[in-house]
Amino acid sequence: MTYSSEARDSYQRELSRMHEGGLFKEERYIHSPQGVEVDVEFPSGSPPKPVINFCANNYLGLSSHPDVVEAARKGLDERGYGMSSVRFICGTQDIHRELENKLTKFLETEDTILFPSCMDANAGFFEAVLTKDDVMIADRLVHASLIDGMRLCSAQRDSYKHSDMKHLESKLEQYKDARFRMVITDGVFSMDGDIAKLDEICELADKYDAMVMVDDSHATGFMGKHGKGTHEHCGVLGRIDAITTTLGKALGGASGGCVSGRKELVEMCRQRARPYLFSNTMPPVIVSAANAVIDLISRTTERRDKLEANTKYFRENMTAAGFDIREGVHPIVPIMLYNAKLAQDMARDLFDEGIYVIGFFFPVVPKGQARIRVQLSAAHEKEHLDKAIAAFTKIGRKYDILGKGKKEIIDMYGL
Amino acid sequence: MAMKDVIVDYVKDEYLEEGDETEIDENTPLISGGIVDSFSMVSLKMFLERKYKISIPDEKATTEAFDTVASIMKLVKEYAPDAE
Ligand SMILES: Cc1ncc(COP(=O)(O)O)c(C=O)c1O
Repeated sequence: MTYSSEARDSYQRELSRMHEGGLFKEERYIHSPQGVEVDVEFPSGSPPKPVINFCANNYLGLSSHPDVVEAARKGLDERGYGMSSVRFICGTQDIHRELENKLTKFLETEDTILFPSCMDANAGFFEAVLTKDDVMIADRLVHASLIDGMRLCSAQRDSYKHSDMKHLESKLEQYKDARFRMVITDGVFSMDGDIAKLDEICELADKYDAMVMVDDSHATGFMGKHGKGTHEHCGVLGRIDAITTTLGKALGGASGGCVSGRKELVEMCRQRARPYLFSNTMPPVIVSAANAVIDLISRTTERRDKLEANTKYFRENMTAAGFDIREGVHPIVPIMLYNAKLAQDMARDLFDEGIYVIGFFFPVVPKGQARIRVQLSAAHEKEHLDKAIAAFTKIGRKYDILGKGKKEIIDMYGL
Repeated sequence: MAMKDVIVDYVKDEYLEEGDETEIDENTPLISGGIVDSFSMVSLKMFLERKYKISIPDEKATTEAFDTVASIMKLVKEYAPDAE
């Protein structure tokens, strides 16, 4: 009970350093359901302002979709609010197992286990299936939750340069005497929206007898022709040994995650993964809605098709307007600005124009690679996209960066 | 080859992308400078252990100790006093 003045001062100093370094994160209060049009209170205390949302992971526009909300309500009516238990004591309802089976079928894997979140799935997975005789070889840009998960595991760890297959091969060669090798990557990398070379990774894994583990949080539901994810996009369905993904993004956006893959790996998680064993089960409301989401996206590819069309339209028109964007096919569209202050200033001006986007800079992305990250949704209509393109063009002109590439922008604004 | 050059070469090879011309000398901040991240640091530690036939305890392999080639050399020499 001694919160000494020394402790208080020390934390206050550290917090001020974050402020000064521009690293202090502030929440913005949304006064409406999540969606394409939201009312945002920013700065704190100002009246809520209607803006078009381009920074949610609401890829399929299902976060507040009437069918999903209805299914949640049904779950509440039929299965109640909470379970007050972990899964293996008395926290598993029929609908939990139903959701696991649906995910297995949708992802074309052998079995699935739900976790409270994908962060938890990543935290629990490695420790449950690997030992000190094994080695984890991860892409250098994997998500923080994978890094934390690997840190909790006694297996050796190493990393390869981002998407560099030669480097990965040299690491696989280096560890050929370990008991098991596991290659670990994001399916889609969330800062650049670039896609892991899963086809080449699977080839190397076959050659060097390694397992492949993919976090597909930014792909499940819309990448690939049927939206199954990066493994479908890359033509390696059935060849990924373990997929972790989230229900907190495209699949309704509430919360929850899973490990889906080889049935023994999933069973090991059921026996050993600590966030599964020691944290409460997913609430029935969310499970019920998630079941409806999987039904919906299994029935029709309409929403992922619209997202794909929106992505193509936005990318083409932003490029034509003269922005330097990272090429790709993913609804994460990085508008490269290189300079951190420029990214922040432009994001603020765009907010004034009614476009809600966020600037990212070091340490979230490498030094000198500041950008505004736009995220598209199937819920965006052409008018929304056109408004955003017009606002970007207006602000881009104000800062005189249209038609300019990396070198010219850096010459004007510095790094 | 002198230890400094061995380490600089390894860092360039292992951590810089192809075509990245960043100059690295004894005092370039590696971790705080965003060239090596604390997670990927393990391969550098393992390389040093193999190369100089030493074992660096995990509690000594801090991000401060690994932040520059100069501080890395100091650490290695604690365990391999004869290494040049
Ligand atoms: C690649 C990746 N993995 C895992 C997560 C965490 O997912 P969840 O919100 O379900 O914990 C995220 C979300 O930020 C992510 O982007």
